[in-house]
Amino acid sequence: MTRLPHQVAISLLIVFFFSGCGSSESERIRLDGSSTVYPLSEAMAEEFQRQESQVRITVGISGTGGGFGKFLRGEAEVLNASRPIRASELELANEKNVEFIELPIAYDGIAVVVHPSNTWCSSLTISELKRIWEPGSQGRILRWNQVRPDWPDQPIHLFGPGADSGTYDYFTLAVVGEEGVSRGDFTSSEDDNLLVWGVARDPNALGFFGLSYFEENKQGLKVVAIDDQKSDNGDGPVEPLLETIFKGTYQPLSRPIFIYVRYDAVSLPVVERFVDFYVRNVSILAKELGYIALPDQAYDLVLNRFRNRVTGTVFETNGSQVGVTVGKLLDLETRS
Amino acid sequence: MRTRKIGWKIWNDRLFSILSFALLGFAMLVILVLLSAVFLDGFTRLNWSFLTGFPSRFSEQAGILPSLVGTGLLALLVVFITFPVGVGAAVYLEEYAKHRFAGSRVLRIFELNITNLAGIPSIVYGLLGLVLFVRVLALGQSLAAGALTLSMLLFPVIVISAREALRAVPMSIRECSLALGATRWQTIRHHVLPAALPGILTGAILAISRATGEAAPLILVGALAYVAFLPDSLLSPFSALPVQIFSWVSRPQVGFHHNAAAAISVLLPALLALNSLAIWLRNRYERK
Amino acid sequence: MGKPSRKLRGFQFREFLIEFLLALCALVSVLATIAIIGVLVFETILFFRNIPVGSFFTDLQWTPLFSEKHFGILPLLSGTFLITTIAMMVALPSGLCIAVCLSEYAPASVRKVVKPCLEILAGIPTVVFGYFALLLVTPFLQNLLPGLSGFNALSPGIVMGIMILPWATSLSDDALQAVPTDLREAAYALGSTRLQTSFRVVIPAAFSGITAAFFLAVARAIGETMIVTIAAGQQAKLTINPLEPAQTMTAYIVQVSLGDTEAGTIEYQTVFVIGMTLFVLTLLLNLVSEHFKKRFQEAYQ
Repeated sequence: MTRLPHQVAISLLIVFFFSGCGSSESERIRLDGSSTVYPLSEAMAEEFQRQESQVRITVGISGTGGGFGKFLRGEAEVLNASRPIRASELELANEKNVEFIELPIAYDGIAVVVHPSNTWCSSLTISELKRIWEPGSQGRILRWNQVRPDWPDQPIHLFGPGADSGTYDYFTLAVVGEEGVSRGDFTSSEDDNLLVWGVARDPNALGFFGLSYFEENKQGLKVVAIDDQKSDNGDGPVEPLLETIFKGTYQPLSRPIFIYVRYDAVSLPVVERFVDFYVRNVSILAKELGYIALPDQAYDLVLNRFRNRVTGTVFETNGSQVGVTVGKLLDLETRS
Repeated sequence: MRTRKIGWKIWNDRLFSILSFALLGFAMLVILVLLSAVFLDGFTRLNWSFLTGFPSRFSEQAGILPSLVGTGLLALLVVFITFPVGVGAAVYLEEYAKHRFAGSRVLRIFELNITNLAGIPSIVYGLLGLVLFVRVLALGQSLAAGALTLSMLLFPVIVISAREALRAVPMSIRECSLALGATRWQTIRHHVLPAALPGILTGAILAISRATGEAAPLILVGALAYVAFLPDSLLSPFSALPVQIFSWVSRPQVGFHHNAAAAISVLLPALLALNSLAIWLRNRYERK
Repeated sequence: MGKPSRKLRGFQFREFLIEFLLALCALVSVLATIAIIGVLVFETILFFRNIPVGSFFTDLQWTPLFSEKHFGILPLLSGTFLITTIAMMVALPSGLCIAVCLSEYAPASVRKVVKPCLEILAGIPTVVFGYFALLLVTPFLQNLLPGLSGFNALSPGIVMGIMILPWATSLSDDALQAVPTDLREAAYALGSTRLQTSFRVVIPAAFSGITAAFFLAVARAIGETMIVTIAAGQQAKLTINPLEPAQTMTAYIVQVSLGDTEAGTIEYQTVFVIGMTLFVLTLLLNLVSEHFKKRFQEAYQ
């Protein structure tokens, strides 16, 4: 009595299983990595799939570091990265004979944000930021008036990306002075949406994440101007705006963001078409999503880099680089 | 004097009666309010394009088709994996082992083991799935891994409910059949199982309902990445409705909250209907 | 007398084969337990090769993902227990009262409607409760308590209590119903009110059953993942303040798994150590509950 439906279902499953087996490999592209770059890649995936609906693109958020792991293990074809590759990752790539093509796609600022009802904090200096975030402050710097005495005696609730995040790597390098080093007692997540949420709902919060997330959620957040206490880009605190980042006056929290593509994946026509599409269209979407588009000549250089399959990184010291302005990036790309 | 003491007791009794009914009413009201809030939040987004659309960065254009299909396929796969194995295990324990191992510790250990398995948090099954199915069996973050993980989760639940259904079948049916010369399996197949079928079905329906609603084990096994296509094979990446809801709830933009509420408005009625069906079946069966 | 006919032997073989296959199905349960314990124990051993056992239990911080690593389980335990306690404070007293109401006071018509409702409500997925907590209850609480963080322990605690309520009520009601009516009738005959009967006769008689339900509810609350992941926040902190973000053991596992879990690293191992802790805790609670359930069954069945 219950046998027949069973048999029918089993045959359906077998048909289903075998029908897909052959085609799934060639039409699949896996992206993973930075949460900062995620919105851009997600948009690209969506637009590309509108044109070519048989392609299957997935985009994960494991963080730049986590994504690198997957990328090097062959579990992702394209890596979203909010910092250049590190020495240790380069070593691993060489060990595994993984060659990659490094493609800067846009410029991003890290926005430091507080709750809109926070009336006292409108600007911070880098040394103050450092005092808040350095490892020694774990368990010690817990209230606003410990940062500036005339600020209220309220607790600070910190929000930031987690240790797998390129944004975290960059921020710690630029603010604390050493990549990957900070206090550990804050709400950390590779998912920037969680951070936006946390700050937007907590009057005592202070957080940082990519500018695009701020632009997307402006009503619920207040941005803090940063004073890098250096005069080569002007005095005083600077807000992260498209112009200030592009011109290089919002320092040090501006950096290029990248995608890395596996060299062996580029031989697949669908991957080649996708990355080509990505580089050609990213400037349009960047503006829409709150990133800073590189100048057109930069994109020409990047596209050439891809079409000529130039592997390796242009950065000599590896890992996050502080102070890579748009101009400097252009310079590095031209020279390579 | 005596009347005053008695009056005090009756007054207490009435008070408790009123308060507890009020509490019951309040609890139901709270749940009703929460459910209505969800439906109100989501119904503006409930339309055909939502049901047949794909996820998008634009909340107004996002849809739940991949998650719906993923959930449906998972439920189907889980039933076909767990149901035969779970019912088989229950049949063995209830019809064979009871006689072979009567009185010995073995049966008791099996029972204890299954009860404990049923009580393990679902996220621990997610860890098991991550190691065993995604890594060791190299299925990757695929539909197969998700289905197998959920199957492990539901296996003890199905065994327990099937055993109860089998136990409810009177011994006389078995004894009659055996006395007439049937083998044990013939007895089971033609007499015991049909009698226990409603109870077993109830358990299966409740299990499907639970599988459809689980998110934690699926997150561990990889259902969270942006997936904008329908799974085309057992090894394909997949999405599931509860995981999509989780992903949308976690986004700060209000548009995605409406989407989450709308997705809940699709998921909940289906699950509640399934549960109601199971309970109706069980009540009807119990009356027999 | 002679050898059984071939047909009979074929028959016997088929019977044996079927029994063997069914036994294999039952064996899956053993294999499952071995697999779970194996996976957890293996990584836990690897973890404790690097981290001294003492510090695991006494270190007051949990920062395994950062440069300055601390591996103390107390912050995550405190998060779990804080939220579980709030949930129990909501679910257990109300659950018991409503169960008494249903069992001792309510007319049969009310029972017939409410009891199935409770069981159906128990089928609402936990992710929906997560939505309730983050998007409905937290804003509501923030109106009442202005300093409340968006992520806190109070909101998921309350919502978890609401989630457990139908289930705890149902179990308690079953326990109360199992008490034979003779006990009640004796009490009524002696002139007790329903209130006195319920609380002085029926509940004590059903005590083991209710205690079993209590332990099961706690086990369920500890193992619950989605509500806390969505609404409680991701900051592991040793605290009893429900107005601040907290992180439970289950939420930590989700947090790490959303990133890259590269096998062999200490971060990967922490996930399994926490999983092991969860497993042991829920196992103990389930065993205690079973013990009470058996005592209850022995008394009334």
